[in-house]
Amino acid sequence: MSGAPDGEVRLPASLRGVEPVQSVRTPIRLEYDYRPSASAESYLRAYADKRIIGHRSPVDGAVFIPPRGVDPRHGVAISEEVDLPDTGHVGNFCVTHLPIPGRKGLEVPYVSAWIHLDGAAVGFLGLVRGCPTDEVRIGMRVRAVWKPDDELGTTAENILHWEPTGEPDVPLERAGNRSFHASQPDAGGDTGGEADA
Amino acid sequence: MDEAPLRADLILEYPFTRTTGPVVGAFLTGLREGILIGIRRSDGTVMVPPAEYDPVTSEPLTEVVEVGQAGEVVSWTWVDPPRPQSPWDGPHGLALILLDGADTPMFHAVLVDSPGELATGMRVSAVWREEREGHIADLAGFSPEVDA
Amino acid sequence: MREVAVVATALHQVPALTDTTEVQLMVPLINAARAAVGLTQADIGFTCSGSSDFLAGQAFSFVQTLDAVGAFPPICESHVEMDGAFALYEAWVKLQIGEVDTALVFSYGKSSPGSLRDVLALQLDPYFLAPLWPPADAVAALQARLLLESGLVGAQELAEIAVRSQRNAVGNPNAVRSSSKVTVADVMAEAPVADPLRPSDLAAESDGGCAVVLAAGDRARELCGRPAWIRGIGHRIDAHGLGTRDLTRAPSAELATSVAVAAAGLTVDSLDLAELHSPTTSQEAILVRELGLDGSTEVNPSGGALAANTMMAAGLVRIAEAADRIIDGGADRALAHATSGPCLQQNLVCVMAGG
Repeated sequence: MSGAPDGEVRLPASLRGVEPVQSVRTPIRLEYDYRPSASAESYLRAYADKRIIGHRSPVDGAVFIPPRGVDPRHGVAISEEVDLPDTGHVGNFCVTHLPIPGRKGLEVPYVSAWIHLDGAAVGFLGLVRGCPTDEVRIGMRVRAVWKPDDELGTTAENILHWEPTGEPDVPLERAGNRSFHASQPDAGGDTGGEADA
Repeated sequence: MDEAPLRADLILEYPFTRTTGPVVGAFLTGLREGILIGIRRSDGTVMVPPAEYDPVTSEPLTEVVEVGQAGEVVSWTWVDPPRPQSPWDGPHGLALILLDGADTPMFHAVLVDSPGELATGMRVSAVWREEREGHIADLAGFSPEVDA
Repeated sequence: MREVAVVATALHQVPALTDTTEVQLMVPLINAARAAVGLTQADIGFTCSGSSDFLAGQAFSFVQTLDAVGAFPPICESHVEMDGAFALYEAWVKLQIGEVDTALVFSYGKSSPGSLRDVLALQLDPYFLAPLWPPADAVAALQARLLLESGLVGAQELAEIAVRSQRNAVGNPNAVRSSSKVTVADVMAEAPVADPLRPSDLAAESDGGCAVVLAAGDRARELCGRPAWIRGIGHRIDAHGLGTRDLTRAPSAELATSVAVAAAGLTVDSLDLAELHSPTTSQEAILVRELGLDGSTEVNPSGGALAANTMMAAGLVRIAEAADRIIDGGADRALAHATSGPCLQQNLVCVMAGG
């Protein structure tokens, strides 16, 4: 243990020979009354009707999900809501073999994936199930598996996971972050995402 | 929309365990043992609670000294209601207390029933919890010193 | 020294932002500040922001707020977990180095979802103080009592500071507490909430944000008819432990002021106005003494932080308020102050002039 580089700490007689305290527990807890913004509130309420809402940029029509009221590439406010389908493709994924402490009903290994909905410029996070983990691949078409109607709430948890549709894969050069970009007339433009391969 | 706005509890908890080093550790050891200590600065004054380095000169400090368990209220205020995370269940004073033998005041509670019982210059003495582990709250607070 | 000026500002403060995220708060402010001088993000050489994750309850929350800037293509950017005034200092240094000619500075705080007076307990010593969760107003009250009982300042003076703030704040759209009618007697009659501090002694808590555009030399002259030139800026810090310093004083404020005023080649008594970031009236009384404001300088014409104290932004708001008075021709020389830490531990002073 370091602490007094220029000399040992000298203790008074009353503290010599007793077990020294070397650590202390200082837990903290902070409580917040979290309120989504108006745009996030629309998004959450739409989930209760099994609808998925995105935000369309006034700059170039790119659709962002979740809707945050802003096009992050340009710092421009967005107010136009669009309905997105509950189908898309896997843009990227990860197979995890470690459980999440405190999370029930999630058996390892599980696949978390970046789900690119048809018509969205960016992906969002979801679980892929319904096929062996080693069959999950970039470009695989998936659809949402929703909770039973009587269990739906104003929450993204309504989508239990995403399952394969069996349709042909999206080609790699149009998958993931390239999906929106590749659909633009000027693929080299200032539209975000990665350059075409 | 007519519905009440959506809201959710967001609770952040961090279960920190901090290492103390020998100087802060000595203070916390003292609390567990029911004594109060400070550290001597190069000008001979005693700082309570102690620090590893002089806050003015940044010299390393090494001489831990025991100080008194009673002292004088230098400044005070009143907390009502008590804060939810604090060690206190009821309204209480908070004060800067200059312990006998110390040259800097330390911050802690003064356990009285009303702010009318608090005054700058009043003498107070340490009140210890029975179960002590080496934590600042081993000291329940200070209470007005009973006249000898 | 390279000449650097505030050329545009935008700010917004309200009691609570319940329907707006930090990003949505900052989009119009950042766009307004840039647009006021005809700039887009592509024209900004350096961007620096200030905020605190503990207000949002979200780790690295500032990264998300960069969405409000439009950080694509990638920008040169930095962040401080401090009031935006300290982010402005970093941007000023960047401009001094000469790598860039323009900078965007912004900061924001949305403390309403949490309990700010408890969050602030966590800035205290983590072994001896934070585990006791002293609320921020109680910590300030210990300082206020020392000040009052030292005889340096009377309760009447604190009430006068409260009244001046509320009256000056009338007509300020970014103040959340103002009154043209409040009197010293009214304030003195309030029951203490953190004895000896009364409700009017404590700054009105607000949510909000502020954006400022800085530019150097001729670029500033191109962008703005009357830039608010930063002639001197300094920041200094005192010891952290509450018991290890004289709480009736703020030596770091005095030192930061002398550094800034000397660099500006001015004296304090030549300043037209001073915008002080004082979370309590007692701290304002200390600042007035440490800065040497002698009555010839108008103090907090906006109402100051007492009228709206947006955590992490109130200091940058002081700079914006003072700069605006210069840009609009209402003042020639102004001082803006920002503080951080408990009991005025850290202080920044920015002296600006129109000529």
